[in-house]
Amino acid sequence: MGVEAAQPMAPKVEDIEEVVIRFAGDSGDGIQVTGDRFTNTAALVGNDLATLPDYPAEIRAPAGTLPGVSGYQLRFSSLDILTPGDQPDVLVVMNPAALKVNISDLPSNGVIIVNTDSFTSNNLKKAGYESNPLEDGSLDAFRVLPIELTRLTREALGETQLNPKQKDRCKNFFALGVLFWLYNRPLENTYTWIGEKFKKRPEIAEANRLALKGGWAYGQATEIFQHTYKVAAAPLEPGLYRNVVGNNALALGLIAAGQKSGLQVFYGTYPITPASDVLHELSRYKNYGVVTFQAEDEIAAIASTIGAAFTGNLAVTCTSGPGMVLKGEAMGLALMVELPLVICDVQRGGPSTGLPTKTEQADLLMAMYGRHGESPMPIVAARTPADCFATVFEAARIALKYMTPVICLTDGYLANGSEPWKLPKAEDLPDISVSFRTEAQGFLPYARDPKTLARPWAIPGSAGLEHRVGGLEKDHGSGHVSYDPENHQLMTDLRREKVARIAEDIPLAEVEGPESGELLIVGWGSTYGAIAGVRRDLERGGDATIAHLHLRHLNPFPKNLGEVLGRYRKVLVPELNCGQLVRLLRDYFLVDAVGLNKVQGKPFKKVEILTKVQEILETR
Amino acid sequence: MSPTELTAKDFSTDQEVRWCPGCGDYSILKAVQNVFPTLGIPREKFVVVSGIGCSSRFPYYMDTFGFHTIHGRAPAVATGIKVANPELSVWIATGDGDALSIGGNHLIHAMRRNLDVKILMFNNRIYGLTKGQYSPTSEVGKVTKSTPFGSVDRPFNPLALAVGCGATFVARTVDIMVPHLKSVIEAAAAHKGTAFVEIFQNCNVFNDGAFATMTEKSVRDDALVDLQDGKPLVFGKEHDKAIRLNGYKPEVVSAGESDLWVHDANDSNPTRAYLLSQLGLGDGTPTPIGVFCRRESETFDGDMLRQMEQAKSSSGPVDLESLLTAGDTWTVKPRS
Repeated sequence: MGVEAAQPMAPKVEDIEEVVIRFAGDSGDGIQVTGDRFTNTAALVGNDLATLPDYPAEIRAPAGTLPGVSGYQLRFSSLDILTPGDQPDVLVVMNPAALKVNISDLPSNGVIIVNTDSFTSNNLKKAGYESNPLEDGSLDAFRVLPIELTRLTREALGETQLNPKQKDRCKNFFALGVLFWLYNRPLENTYTWIGEKFKKRPEIAEANRLALKGGWAYGQATEIFQHTYKVAAAPLEPGLYRNVVGNNALALGLIAAGQKSGLQVFYGTYPITPASDVLHELSRYKNYGVVTFQAEDEIAAIASTIGAAFTGNLAVTCTSGPGMVLKGEAMGLALMVELPLVICDVQRGGPSTGLPTKTEQADLLMAMYGRHGESPMPIVAARTPADCFATVFEAARIALKYMTPVICLTDGYLANGSEPWKLPKAEDLPDISVSFRTEAQGFLPYARDPKTLARPWAIPGSAGLEHRVGGLEKDHGSGHVSYDPENHQLMTDLRREKVARIAEDIPLAEVEGPESGELLIVGWGSTYGAIAGVRRDLERGGDATIAHLHLRHLNPFPKNLGEVLGRYRKVLVPELNCGQLVRLLRDYFLVDAVGLNKVQGKPFKKVEILTKVQEILETR
Repeated sequence: MSPTELTAKDFSTDQEVRWCPGCGDYSILKAVQNVFPTLGIPREKFVVVSGIGCSSRFPYYMDTFGFHTIHGRAPAVATGIKVANPELSVWIATGDGDALSIGGNHLIHAMRRNLDVKILMFNNRIYGLTKGQYSPTSEVGKVTKSTPFGSVDRPFNPLALAVGCGATFVARTVDIMVPHLKSVIEAAAAHKGTAFVEIFQNCNVFNDGAFATMTEKSVRDDALVDLQDGKPLVFGKEHDKAIRLNGYKPEVVSAGESDLWVHDANDSNPTRAYLLSQLGLGDGTPTPIGVFCRRESETFDGDMLRQMEQAKSSSGPVDLESLLTAGDTWTVKPRS
């Protein structure tokens, strides 16, 4: 390798607080893998981090075009952080299209690391550039670090037997090597990962290792970098950590709920972006008593889980908006037969097919009201990728204790985003075990527990407990079909009351910040990081009049919510929809809450929330 | 209660049966209630699942575990039940609208997977519970409330569909031919895998006499052929007529002829079962009843269970703690 011979001056190592890097390139360039590997290493060296993968709905849009650009933003920090950053400090672009799509997000003086080999006239044309931005001065406001990534990767792999196309596919690892050198990161865990990933193709593993090493050596040998950087470990709470993406946390939460309830988990689902990774993850854990059933459609997915719930399993289905709509009728059935069921909705941009790979929070009102008849259903929502674990566990707890379907909302941002997760101890997780009805004497399928109003769970195979359930209205107690007017009123009231009583069994709403004052920001779901970050920044800057309340339980609400809302002069509700929680709050509590709304398929930037907060505060 | 002591009465509920007087469903209910006690299965291990429609009220009248689900979804709910507990004997009561129209997708997938459930499809060629619209098995030209000028929909042939899906047990019987009905239900019960049974069922209110030209006592000997395994397809009051295959073309010949079509329900090739499903469609051949085909094959629920047991035995005991802490972890130490 030619570069090894050079002996340049060692660049100066600079300590910095944090960096936001965005990797961008063709969806075939291995951008998600590169981002994922950098993230994993950042986690292992103890940084706090947050990630925002952003990929197209098409698997491989035509190479070099704007719709084919895939991105992965990562913020790694020596501080305790909550969001992946409003804008990147460093943009790594693999081709002109990636530059074109992302350049507007880069602040002036931001760094662009660019694969110059891809800036051919053909690629420039595909990206819609009339002249080469690397040469026409249009990037003068930025610090451009040009690297002939394709040529250098081929050179680094000169000895291998791969064909040029295969060699070119390794250039993401070369780029990763350069960045690892630039930020003083270790290579070992990536070597190990490559070894495992390409176990069956040792020649590819070797080539990727060589590319990674080549990138590192290039960083060392070249003179384009005057500095390298160090980002120290973050002051996270002591404990054992792993990095986790939301969908995996959700899967682990379900396995944990299975173990802690002592039930087999039945996961019936139909592939849909961005929820499918939950299926991929769960299907590996048959040894933990997890059955995964890939059904013929969304309706069969939930219908099969209702059958499994009837038979005594911890039954779960997971989908995204379009699938949620299809499940509506069956959700009503689950509610009518009062069986425990967890229904996860990994929300994405809608309506219809909408933005399959982009995030949105526009399914809350559907979760709340999207069924015919009076059909109240508990709703919980996760706030961060790691929180998907605890939230879905809570959904299972409520479902089993109250014999009810429960909706668990996450979204595309949480599903694919990752963060360090302080691991709970298995033994500290609450016991959610259930007891099936076995006593035939006095058995009535719709007799209720006086406290929870849950009906008994009597599963097939239990002698003397043979009974029928179904979607027709049931007689209170006996469960026989009943068209009696008074009974329908009673059963409707009971189903409503059962859900309402859950408020006695969930934590009170607690705010971050002052207990009363000028402004309360109320959020739910994945906006947690952005809102909490804004509040914290303001507090650090001396403004301690802003409080933040983030709701996990959306139906029922914590029982003190109305009282808490009343302690503030203004209530602001930022949501990635056109105003859904804000409507519920105004409706339930007659509070003059105002919304901050955005539906662009992207999470809030902190600055967007900050601007709104300042606008409100100016009127005080 | 030991299964040997069970009687038909043990399988009937205290619920008033609410089918129209004269409905074919009564005799099917009675036949099932008579067969169940003979199967040697404890009552609590039966689950009867249905969708929506007249026939789908069935579970309410069977004193077993039962689930009256939503329109068309019985096979999907039954999939969850059977996979969650493969030891259960799961039966589906459905109709031509429920199974073939709104629930067509679930039906075909249950059959291709060979889920070990028994599907009794009551075919009355009409929508009864919604008061008389044409169904996916109604004949072309059918005048109903929703087709005053006659239906232009071409009907499904349910058994051809089942054979095409790779169903491992396909049979047909008739509501009013009680001994035959019982024998087919027994054969379905004995089959391990999806058993699809079409039952010609008369709706005396909205489609009276739908099958009369085949099933009336005066005509049935000539209009039906009762499939007997290993025997030629002989029919007629005097047992004087038979079917012979001329290539793939069935023709009616004298029972005394040679080279008669001999029924082999266990034939692993589904071609003849398909040809049987094409008999009786107006070409002068009789309509077959009985077991069209039967094939031993691994079941979906059995395979699912086996995979799980293998995974459990190869990994040994598991604990949640080691799952949570798997992969790349790091420790953040308290700051001194």
